[in-house]
Amino acid sequence: MPKKLPGSKDIPPAGVTWKPATEYRTGDWRSKRPIRDEEKCTRCLTCWIFCPDAAISWDGQDIHFDLNYCKGCGICAEECPVNCIEMEDE
Amino acid sequence: MTQETPQWRPRLKDIANQEELFTSGQRLCAGCPAGSMARMAMHALPRPKNTIVSQATGCLEVASTIYPYTAWRVPWMHSLFENAPANASGIEAAYKARKRQGLEDDIPDLLVFSGDGSGFDIGVQAASGAIERRHNFLYIIYDNHAYQNTGIQRSGATPKYAWTTTSEVGKKEPGKLLWKKPIALVYAAHDPAYCATASVYHWRDFMKKVRKGMEVEGPAVIHVLSPCHRNWRYPEEQGMQMAKLAVETCFHPLWEYEGETRKYILSAPSRVFALKPEKKKPVEEWLELQGRFRHLFRPKRRDDLIADFQRLTDEDWAFIQKLSNMG
Amino acid sequence: MSNMPAKQILMGINGDEAVAYAAKHALVDVCAAYPITPQTIIVEKFAEFVANGEVETEFVRVESEHSALSACLGASAAGARTFTASAANGIELMHEVIFLTSSIRQPVVMAVADRSPSGPINIHGDQTVSLAQRDTGWIMMYCENSQEAYDSTLQAFRIGEHPDVQLPVMTMLDGFVLTHTLENVYLLDETDAHKFVGRREPMMITIDGKQVPLKLDPKTPITIGPLQLFDYYMESKLQHSEAMEKARPVISQINNEWAELTGRKYGDGYLQPFKVNDADAVIVTSGSSAGTARFVTRQLRAQGKKVGLLKLRTFRPFPDKKLAKLLADVPVVGIFERTHTTGSLGGPLFNEIRSALYDHDPRPIILGYYGGLGGRDVTPEHFKSIYKELLKIKDTGKAPRYPIKYITVRK
Repeated sequence: MPKKLPGSKDIPPAGVTWKPATEYRTGDWRSKRPIRDEEKCTRCLTCWIFCPDAAISWDGQDIHFDLNYCKGCGICAEECPVNCIEMEDE
Repeated sequence: MTQETPQWRPRLKDIANQEELFTSGQRLCAGCPAGSMARMAMHALPRPKNTIVSQATGCLEVASTIYPYTAWRVPWMHSLFENAPANASGIEAAYKARKRQGLEDDIPDLLVFSGDGSGFDIGVQAASGAIERRHNFLYIIYDNHAYQNTGIQRSGATPKYAWTTTSEVGKKEPGKLLWKKPIALVYAAHDPAYCATASVYHWRDFMKKVRKGMEVEGPAVIHVLSPCHRNWRYPEEQGMQMAKLAVETCFHPLWEYEGETRKYILSAPSRVFALKPEKKKPVEEWLELQGRFRHLFRPKRRDDLIADFQRLTDEDWAFIQKLSNMG
Repeated sequence: MSNMPAKQILMGINGDEAVAYAAKHALVDVCAAYPITPQTIIVEKFAEFVANGEVETEFVRVESEHSALSACLGASAAGARTFTASAANGIELMHEVIFLTSSIRQPVVMAVADRSPSGPINIHGDQTVSLAQRDTGWIMMYCENSQEAYDSTLQAFRIGEHPDVQLPVMTMLDGFVLTHTLENVYLLDETDAHKFVGRREPMMITIDGKQVPLKLDPKTPITIGPLQLFDYYMESKLQHSEAMEKARPVISQINNEWAELTGRKYGDGYLQPFKVNDADAVIVTSGSSAGTARFVTRQLRAQGKKVGLLKLRTFRPFPDKKLAKLLADVPVVGIFERTHTTGSLGGPLFNEIRSALYDHDPRPIILGYYGGLGGRDVTPEHFKSIYKELLKIKDTGKAPRYPIKYITVRK
């Protein structure tokens, strides 16, 4: 516990959480990152549905990898029907 | 076989615009399909902004709510290991009683998650009671075949011959000595409003089932297969493929039970193997990809054990085909 | 009952029925319970209210006590006023949920029909099981008679749901002696009872600078029951402890309000002393034994013997300071408890009372008596013999070498 954490007067009672998990960056865990061939990609969103970490988003036009959260598991690359995602060492 | 009623079909381009109710920043192992499973379920909710989740202790629970963080954007409650359906009974009762008295406007939908530890073993009593009482909730049991959260101990969901830390592989014992509990049949025998099996790979089938289970009036149960690379010992990107093969070998057939008609129906991804049995893969193809079954192949190939596994798989498969009038 | 401010109805009912009426009068939203002797009459009576449409309660007939409290917990977290009742093995099965209910601050009210723990199975009363819940973080109140069972159960909702408190409350009634014995009980008129208990308001908490209800509500989604590790767990425990401290004045305040409404008052809400002031010897006890002990105390006083009784009504929060104030100057104190603890120097009452007096000089000689286990009758003769022993110690100044003994046990 490096810095001073909030005390009993600061935290909500009953153990209710007070921070969204999105403040915790699981991207630090990654040893490989997904690289997508944008030409080959058909935007079928198979990667989006399978991503365990909701680290792929769809803006209505294109998909985006959020490396703040991507743990580098490679499920997207494995499941891509046109093999447009490669996992590259960090 | 009954005619399937017209139903919601998830289109990825539509649902990908929806808010993630199970967010990033959860700390499941990299490649854990339970994360995908939870996301799929949340994206299939008929009333996403009017749903309460009750969750049993397990990987999904601890990894998603490590204090002070939460990955849930719906009202969410974890109580204990064995009581999530009982907890949900109370939530429903509260809203029912208070709506009747004009203290609430609506009764939210209820979704309960548990792993196989709770769903197959320690929580069966509470689930059985809640189904008998006809509470209106969907109970999703995600089955990864062992108590993974406590360090891979065998559960009632662990298949025969699988290695776990409490069904060790040694000179005398080749992993677990017993077959797995047919839990979905156990819950289906309660005559709930709806019951189904699913696989995390077959996302469309699973999401349709979640939607059905949430929409139907009364208790619903979905037993969804969700592999675990820490126990099963496959490369972490292979989780979906493991679930796929479990269906293709008919180790984990996909089916539905409809309370209204009291009929069992094989789901499309499995029905194909009933219609064309030659397409069904030998279970060996699934086993040999997993380190937890390595002792069936190395140092010496154990044809006897592999054959036994195949026999048990075939018996279960024949049984569900018969139940669904496909046998 | 001469000075009775509110209109009340006199009924001949047993302790269990008195509790059922209290739950009915408390406008309970959800009741989840499982049958177990000697609690069962509570839920049977309540089932009658449900069947007759006399309550708006959702009555969840669960498949175990574990699920009974789990359902209450879920219901309470969803904003409902909840009630359950159990006994002995049922309480033991719930134990896991009992801890959780208080730590996530859900003001469930639970009537405990005190019955001996199994081994061998015994359906009759003692307080071993309820006192074994002493570290679970609940408010705990012991009732002397059926009237008190009604009164305390209604008060329990007010105490537990008080905005400063938000903790669950157990009210104990001795198995069979209270649960199954017909007594005269005054019940409030329902309208007055409703006015007294009011409606439950959820606790407001601050998350990210915003005030939200501690409630499973889709309008304000919160996460209840996360994994809390070494970095925050102790802070949450401190909060729990502070809530219990805040319950202290509330228990007295509600006791006073109740006295104004009904004319019935239970000491300061914690302790009910009877002839303690100038006493040479005092017996401390809880529950129905207090009635028997009071009868004996009155008899002995009439004979000129300076004896007194101190009834312990509220066990959690433990009234250590109040107790010390009342007992510090008493020469000899005997603690009679219907509990059994092995391998320790006396039972929970003995331990805590003796500890509360440790800082006082002089302090009384304190003896502990185990009795009434497994429903064995506790008669006036037993209290006479205890007083006799205590007075002898006072006269001789000689305390026994070992302060704990069993009464009525055969060797």
